[in-house]
Amino acid sequence: MQSLAKQKMMALSGDEAAAYAAKQSDVDVVAAYPITPQTIIVEKFSEYVANGEVETEFVCVESEHSAMAASLSASATGARAFTATASAGLALMSEMLFVTSGCRAPVVMAVANRALSAPINIHGDHSDSMAQRDSGWIQLYAENAQEAYDTIIQAFRIAENTNVLLPVMVGLDGFTLSHTLENVLTLLDADVKDFIGTRQFPKVLTHEGKTVPFRLDPANPMTVGPLALQNYYFEFKRQQEEAMKNALAVIQKVNTEYAKISGRNYGDGLVEAYRLEDAEVAAICLGSTAGTMKTVVDALRQDGVKAGLLRLRTFRPLPVEQILSALANVKAVAVMDRCMSFGGNGGPVFHEVRHLLYDADVRPYIVNYIYGLGGRDTSPTKLRSIYDYLQRVLQNKRVETPIQYLGLRE
Amino acid sequence: MTKQEKTWKEIAPAGVCSKSSTEFLTGDWKTYMPIRDLNKCTRCLLCVLFCPDAAINWYPEKGDIAFDYRFCKGCGICANQCPTNAITMKLAQG
Repeated sequence: MQSLAKQKMMALSGDEAAAYAAKQSDVDVVAAYPITPQTIIVEKFSEYVANGEVETEFVCVESEHSAMAASLSASATGARAFTATASAGLALMSEMLFVTSGCRAPVVMAVANRALSAPINIHGDHSDSMAQRDSGWIQLYAENAQEAYDTIIQAFRIAENTNVLLPVMVGLDGFTLSHTLENVLTLLDADVKDFIGTRQFPKVLTHEGKTVPFRLDPANPMTVGPLALQNYYFEFKRQQEEAMKNALAVIQKVNTEYAKISGRNYGDGLVEAYRLEDAEVAAICLGSTAGTMKTVVDALRQDGVKAGLLRLRTFRPLPVEQILSALANVKAVAVMDRCMSFGGNGGPVFHEVRHLLYDADVRPYIVNYIYGLGGRDTSPTKLRSIYDYLQRVLQNKRVETPIQYLGLRE
Repeated sequence: MTKQEKTWKEIAPAGVCSKSSTEFLTGDWKTYMPIRDLNKCTRCLLCVLFCPDAAINWYPEKGDIAFDYRFCKGCGICANQCPTNAITMKLAQG
């Protein structure tokens, strides 16, 4: 067995952990605009640049739209690009998110998940990144600052894999993770550099008839992301879908390889099952809520309740097979959405989990819980009430209220 | 769709062009096409200058111009500019 790499314990907030991971990832270009609760990432990275600790070109842009345009452009030349945003900033980037994935530029972005206006709110929920779930970006959600650090490093390997070549956003819950100090084990610079390696490029045939690496290079001119109309646009979109499918295996492989040097893995990289083997009632959630949920599950287990948890670490691509197999023996499931899909009959995670369960051999009862919007506190007591409801569902053999609002004043 | 068009597995990512733009024949969706009356045309070359798609060429050896219908979109700017009304727009075939 390969021995673990030497590590250093640091006290870092989620934002600082993300910035530190980007620093160690040998990033060539950072183009970013500060917005709460992502600000610390940009501040911290500017500090590295000002102190001469990195060779990164830091671009002070005038908006998030420009931040993504600059990141995409840098990435298209073959550079490694990183940026970070949140909430309204991500919404302003929206157009460029689609251009970046369409141009197959492996940009990595930290998203300090925050509510969207109006009313204005700076606190954590998943409305920002969920609204971009069809933008062609891989979406990974961290449970704590440690995972934010580890996932940013992994994200470069995933994005730059030549069978993937898709941008990756790493979600960390606003304030709960972004601003909370934790003990974070960090790898040495050299080990991170070795783990990620240098960017590899697939070969493409250009209009000059040359087969060259896929990157903008004056010596080998090529056109990236031009006009494609009725006769070709569809084919390019199908390629992006294939890249997403390829990402499923790559995310798992990177998770395993990272565990070899760090000793840390997050389920299979796609989903993390917690006490699910014999669970009858289970919840599904993303991000920091899973941490609280695990203590609730432990308490329920002590009381003799067969409770479990499935954390979706990867939301895009949706790990259909992994979710189906993790839930195979569960009788009642609560899907938690920290986001609303107005008029959509439940939240986005609920839509997708319920949709994939259509193919299950035995379909469990399923309930949607909308929770934690605008940073609304989600206490263990509230989370426990979800399992209480699931047990009632099993007793009554029916779901009376399929969509519920946790912690809302009714 | 014509036969030579490739599948999603055969094309480069991100729309990287495998051919020069001159090989993409872009004049296949015109509704009207310009027709020139050789007797009225004075070879002033205004149409050559105004064509937004460089689809009208001047051949000095022939002392004449010719429409390149492979790239002509049928916009009618040439007919509009022609000082002797030598160009008329006719419904394109097929």
